[in-house]
Amino acid sequence: MNYHWNWTFFFDVADDGERYFQWILSGLGWTVTVALCALVIALALGSILGVIRTTPNKWLVGIGDAYVEIFRNIPLIVQLFLWYQVFPEILPKGVGDWVKQDLPDVIPAVFGLGWYTAARIAEQVKSGILSLPRGQTNAGLAMGLTLPQVYRYVLLPMAYRIILPTLTSESMNIFKNSSVTYAVGVLELYFQYKQIIEKTNQVLEITIVVTTIYFILAFSVNRIMAFIENRVRVPGYITSGGK
Amino acid sequence: MSGFDFAVITANWAYLAKGLRYTFQVTAFAMAGGIILGTVLAMMRLSSVKPVSLFAAAYVNLFRSIPLVQVILAFYLIIPIALAIFTGEMKPIGAENSAYFTFTIFEAAYYSEIMRAGIQSIPKGQVGAGYAVGFTYGQVMRFVVLPQAFRNMLPILLTQTIILFQDISLVYAIGATDFFGAADKINQRDLRPVEMYMTVAVVYFVICFSLSRVVRHLQQKIAIIR
Repeated sequence: MNYHWNWTFFFDVADDGERYFQWILSGLGWTVTVALCALVIALALGSILGVIRTTPNKWLVGIGDAYVEIFRNIPLIVQLFLWYQVFPEILPKGVGDWVKQDLPDVIPAVFGLGWYTAARIAEQVKSGILSLPRGQTNAGLAMGLTLPQVYRYVLLPMAYRIILPTLTSESMNIFKNSSVTYAVGVLELYFQYKQIIEKTNQVLEITIVVTTIYFILAFSVNRIMAFIENRVRVPGYITSGGK
Repeated sequence: MSGFDFAVITANWAYLAKGLRYTFQVTAFAMAGGIILGTVLAMMRLSSVKPVSLFAAAYVNLFRSIPLVQVILAFYLIIPIALAIFTGEMKPIGAENSAYFTFTIFEAAYYSEIMRAGIQSIPKGQVGAGYAVGFTYGQVMRFVVLPQAFRNMLPILLTQTIILFQDISLVYAIGATDFFGAADKINQRDLRPVEMYMTVAVVYFVICFSLSRVVRHLQQKIAIIR
């Protein structure tokens, strides 16, 4: 059997009147939207969790540790199904129905992906803070800063710079992981990929194109983070700028 | 919601267990195959022969930048097309079977980065010493570098395996019946999302949490010896 190559099918008109390449573009748009929104959530929540896991308060540490263990040890697709299918069931009926029927699918997907990634970022923020010499906290406190001020002005600015390389790979991961949200109804790039295969059977062409797009996405995120890493570098302190 | 019904879980436990067994099988197969292939890739990557190291770098970077779900679907569809070139006829290989192959190829890229770090963690002098006593490249690798690299990297290799174990759930994309797939299929028949997905989540949590504890313990043990 010979495979029938057809590179022009991207310009063919699909069932809904759009062309196939427009499906890909709209999928790409959703992939970027979902990934960026989830990244914002993950960075915010992950930073809070990472910080509270380094505080002297046992309860806060416990909460942070529990969160990280739970969200790290359950597969992403299972977590998304929990938010999408199980969570509305345990809410009061009225609210649950609203979540199921009126809330756009992309909302639980973005939060699910964000909360999942937050656990990983929390782990990195924690190790970033712990990698700083203990004397820095004490020096800050001795100068009369409050503990929140020590975090804000002394620990976090340095900790973030230290963990930038790992944050880079986490940002690349979130773009890749956003493909899993197709399972809960987000019309992102992987969904369109699957759909175009079902409609046209041109597996090889579309695989080459979509793989290239994902590759370029990962590469762009990598370059943007390297740029940030270079810009915020403290002279003479961290030598491994993202080259 | 009409209360949590344990009967749904017990009634379907055999089916779920079968799915869980499949998940373990793919994990074990892909771990063994992935580490072997990954080690070869790591050695290729560190090779002084340019085309060889370029090939390994391209392989690793390609698989590390595309989403696993896409690879799972693409391989599932493309393997029969590739086989048809040799056999002349299109024969579907089955979702369950293609996953073994896909995960081995995909995870090899990740294991290879770990093994590369492991190999590079061995002081150069040891390699030189190996050559000096008359070892060939193969013998230096076999008797000096790899055993130590492997041991140093064991906790990270196992952590990657826990990730692999969780990633098997993505065979949902091709409809294979792994642990999550089994629960999902029961839910589609009986419409019990709470019981089914909660069971999957709890079982996954218990397994992965315990394994990560074991890995942490191992890490401390190895750290002392080193």
